[in-house]
Amino acid sequence: MRNLWLFLSKYNAFFFFIIFFSISIVLFVRNNSFQRASVLNSSNQIVGKAYETTNYLKSYLNLAVVNDSLAAENARLRGEMKSAFYSDSIVKREIVDTIQHQQYSYIVGEVVNNSIHHKDNTITINRGRKHGIKKGMGVISPTGVVGLVLNVSDNYSTVQSLLHSDTRISACIKENNAFGSLTWGEENYDPMVALLKDIPNHVKVTKGQHIITSGYSTRFPKGIAIGRVRRTGVKGGESFLNIEVQLSTDFSTLQYVYVVNNLLAAEQEQVEAIQPAK
Amino acid sequence: MIRIIINNLIRFVVLVFIQVFLLKNIGYYNLATPFLYILFVLLLPFETPNILLFVLSFLLGLTIDTFYDTLGINAAATCVLAFVRIIFINLTVQRQGLETEPEPKLGIMGFRWFFFYTLILTLFHHLTLFLLETFTFSDIKYTLIRVVLSSIFTIVLVLLSEFIFFRKKER
Repeated sequence: MRNLWLFLSKYNAFFFFIIFFSISIVLFVRNNSFQRASVLNSSNQIVGKAYETTNYLKSYLNLAVVNDSLAAENARLRGEMKSAFYSDSIVKREIVDTIQHQQYSYIVGEVVNNSIHHKDNTITINRGRKHGIKKGMGVISPTGVVGLVLNVSDNYSTVQSLLHSDTRISACIKENNAFGSLTWGEENYDPMVALLKDIPNHVKVTKGQHIITSGYSTRFPKGIAIGRVRRTGVKGGESFLNIEVQLSTDFSTLQYVYVVNNLLAAEQEQVEAIQPAK
Repeated sequence: MIRIIINNLIRFVVLVFIQVFLLKNIGYYNLATPFLYILFVLLLPFETPNILLFVLSFLLGLTIDTFYDTLGINAAATCVLAFVRIIFINLTVQRQGLETEPEPKLGIMGFRWFFFYTLILTLFHHLTLFLLETFTFSDIKYTLIRVVLSSIFTIVLVLLSEFIFFRKKER
């Protein structure tokens, strides 16, 4: 017993190392699984508050750029208003519209923490459960797709950005409706470029074509901009094209985002979950 | 004694602050990202008991992890850092000298020793960090490039900050 004690105290550094290293690894692996330990991350109250304070100061630096992008968006929205269209008919009629129901509503949020230099990038926004945000909702910005909601606390939520190796977004080419999935982070760590996969060989893809969301998933409405084709080609004998997409959103200057709330999401998921009768 | 504790406490807070609010936003694409916060572990006094050294390193890593949303990675890397530090100091520093040279600083230990000390500890720390982050050996070349470039970045920052607070031997 005494010898054992001597042995332990002689090589104590090694044993401490084993203990603490395994604690970290356990934390790391548990955190990586589907059930994330959601206490120690930046949707936590204290950390979120700290990030919000520094972001409040930093936001002044980007004020001009943000104003420009908001003004541009205003202009676009103004163009979609009824008053912007010329009407041919002389008689005006009031129509009670019972065909169209609202499907998407948007919750505006401010980015309080952002990263683009890591392998798995996340964004923290200052909206949470209180404001109606739920796990898995889509997030967009005035210029295009941003990502998916990952964790939600009462006042903050973290967003798994497009620049995250686990993110898959259903995208299609505007010009010919071919659809595939958009990925980032496989042999490509440029924050302005993503890869579009699973588009078959026979589809004609040329440089400059627009990539938009397909609307097949319940997260994003159809037609939200993602980017434009930068380069295309076949990789060594595969039957799918490898398309590089120049992203339209500059993640490094992101400040305001909209969280997409699909009011019919539950209904669509429910009907898609029904298995065919055998 | 109390002065040493207060000094290290301030150093802890300041380094975490710099790392999280300044250096997190700096990087050459994904290739070189600096991790200056390890300076805290580098500068702990020689006489720190092993258990305290490990607890402090672990806490430091956990704090950084909380801000980076990468629970466990930095904590594991700082544990490796603490272990390598113990081995390195055991191999290179004589036991008798400990009373007169309380802290492993540039001004006290000399440039050559401090440079190798930083080099080896930083390399081990970054290697663990990036290998755990990618968690695969398939991209090993890319990961190694990241380790080397980030280490250079970190070492330059560590040496710079040591030169800024340079103090000659107080004897």
